[in-house]
Amino acid sequence: MSEAIVSLRNVDKRYTRGKQSVEVLQGLTLDIPKGEFVALMGPSGSGKTTLLNLIGGLDTPSAGEITVAGQRLDQLGSGALARWRANHVGFVFQFYNLMPMLSAQRNVELPLLLTHLSSAQRKANAMAALTLVGIADRAKHKPNELSGGQAQRVAIARALVADPTLLVCDEPTGDLDRKSADDVLHLLQMLNREHGKSIVMVTHDPKAAEFAGRQLHMDKGALLEAGTLV
Amino acid sequence: MKYFPLIWATLWRKKTRTLFTLLSVIVAFLLFGMLETVDYAFSHPSTGVTGADKLITTNKYSITLPLPIADAQQIRSVPGVAEVTWISWFGAYYQESKNFVFALPVDADSYFNLHRGEFIVSDEQMQAYRNTRTGALVNEALMKKFGWKVGDKVPLHSTIWTQKKDASLDWTFDIVGTFSVKDPTQASAQSQTLLFHYDLFDEGRSFGKGDVGWFEARVSDPSQSSAISNRIDALFANSPNETKTQPANDFTMAFIKQFGDIGFVLRAILGAVFFALLFLTGNTMMQSVRERIPELAILKTLGFGDGMVLELVLAESLLLCVIAAIIGLALSFAALPIIKQGLQGVELSPRALIPGMGAAVLLALIVGLPPALRAMRLNIVDALADKR
Repeated sequence: MSEAIVSLRNVDKRYTRGKQSVEVLQGLTLDIPKGEFVALMGPSGSGKTTLLNLIGGLDTPSAGEITVAGQRLDQLGSGALARWRANHVGFVFQFYNLMPMLSAQRNVELPLLLTHLSSAQRKANAMAALTLVGIADRAKHKPNELSGGQAQRVAIARALVADPTLLVCDEPTGDLDRKSADDVLHLLQMLNREHGKSIVMVTHDPKAAEFAGRQLHMDKGALLEAGTLV
Repeated sequence: MKYFPLIWATLWRKKTRTLFTLLSVIVAFLLFGMLETVDYAFSHPSTGVTGADKLITTNKYSITLPLPIADAQQIRSVPGVAEVTWISWFGAYYQESKNFVFALPVDADSYFNLHRGEFIVSDEQMQAYRNTRTGALVNEALMKKFGWKVGDKVPLHSTIWTQKKDASLDWTFDIVGTFSVKDPTQASAQSQTLLFHYDLFDEGRSFGKGDVGWFEARVSDPSQSSAISNRIDALFANSPNETKTQPANDFTMAFIKQFGDIGFVLRAILGAVFFALLFLTGNTMMQSVRERIPELAILKTLGFGDGMVLELVLAESLLLCVIAAIIGLALSFAALPIIKQGLQGVELSPRALIPGMGAAVLLALIVGLPPALRAMRLNIVDALADKR
């Protein structure tokens, strides 16, 4: 088995709202090998997004160890986590979350602002990413001038442009029609197979999950394997 | 600079709102520039006389109260005083009250001796002035303003002094020459000046004969001005006409303050304007950041740190305020000639605009900091919860 890019050991996540404490993840242990495309499925409230947030370094666990791309995330402060995210992870969301006032190219350039690349290099890299996802001809268009599928491609280009080791996708096809959804999923599959990107994707859609190499199911804050809690 | 396109695009995210906010701040800074310029002009007045060697002696209790002309001899006798002359406020205008003329009755010998080398007058015209009882020397700028020519007879209306012969407030002078000043910093202060003979004034007026408005003295050693002032005032202590002697600059300030504490009034207006502006711009910035919470969360998701997000929001506020300040202050600078027309004889300076940029930065920090702190403290997971 190849080296794990994501490794979780006995991870708990609790949210406290006033006097109430909600246990979202309980003693979760998981390994995702480098280069794998994993679909994370489960009913609403099962903890999929929380798990994704932890893997992507957007949140920290209440207990347990999380190692992603060789870095213990549970030991990092918010500043170090931000720097780690910039270097190692790309995010794709259901509603694209592009900056509405920036062109597609400027949106894709955003992560590169945190690097030392020159303006010309940033532009070249952004165009390369847009070309890779097949939307270079829309580089000057703003998000409101793009279809859902096109906007999601721009979002994927933004996630890819800094060449992260891991792509984290939260319902990337949830807002798309079947055709656009399939195009996006094929694109993710191509990035996984041809460019070796590790991908963790949350989805409700069984058809979308079929594009992944492995499906993981969650329920009540724990992983199920063949219908059994692990 | 690499963040500029992002900050600029964010600033114009809601074009109409940004435009109106920008216009409000521009108008505020236009007002700021104009009022600050006027305030500067009143707090840094040109004295109308050159050098630090001039003292002005007035009645101790008010510059509107007269002093006897005989005091000149006593002032001249004070050690350190090189020359003394006397002047009265004539309060004149030409044809209409808006055509203010700084007409001064002066004793030609002592006045031009005291101001030796300060005025540029041809010998011929100076001689004509000395020889003509109703003669007047007029500043070249004033000649140009009213289209006067040497040889013209000009009537001036005094707001104070009636003539003994017919109780008329109208006095007629013969323009026999023109003058300019050597020191360019005094050009504006002298630009409305018309000089005429004190004897004509004193003999022609129906009241106040033998009185003067103030004395002007030139001292031999400016470093002794304070001691000489004290000596002059000591001469008249406990007399019916006690005096107050002060440097020419202080006198000009006191003269201006007759109209009230202009600086306080202007600062009060500016304070009210900026207080209103704080609410307006602050509210706009807060609203703008509130609407962009998901976008700010995305920036953080992409790896922008808390400090970076704070700086971006502050930079946006700074950009808005500085652009508006530059435009507003530039407009007020362009309006200087118009203000000058309304404040004749007062020297205006664009240096007064410098505090405007400081005010812009301060405004940007005050209105930008609360939303910037809010953006900095933003929790990514919470902010994205409704926008996945």
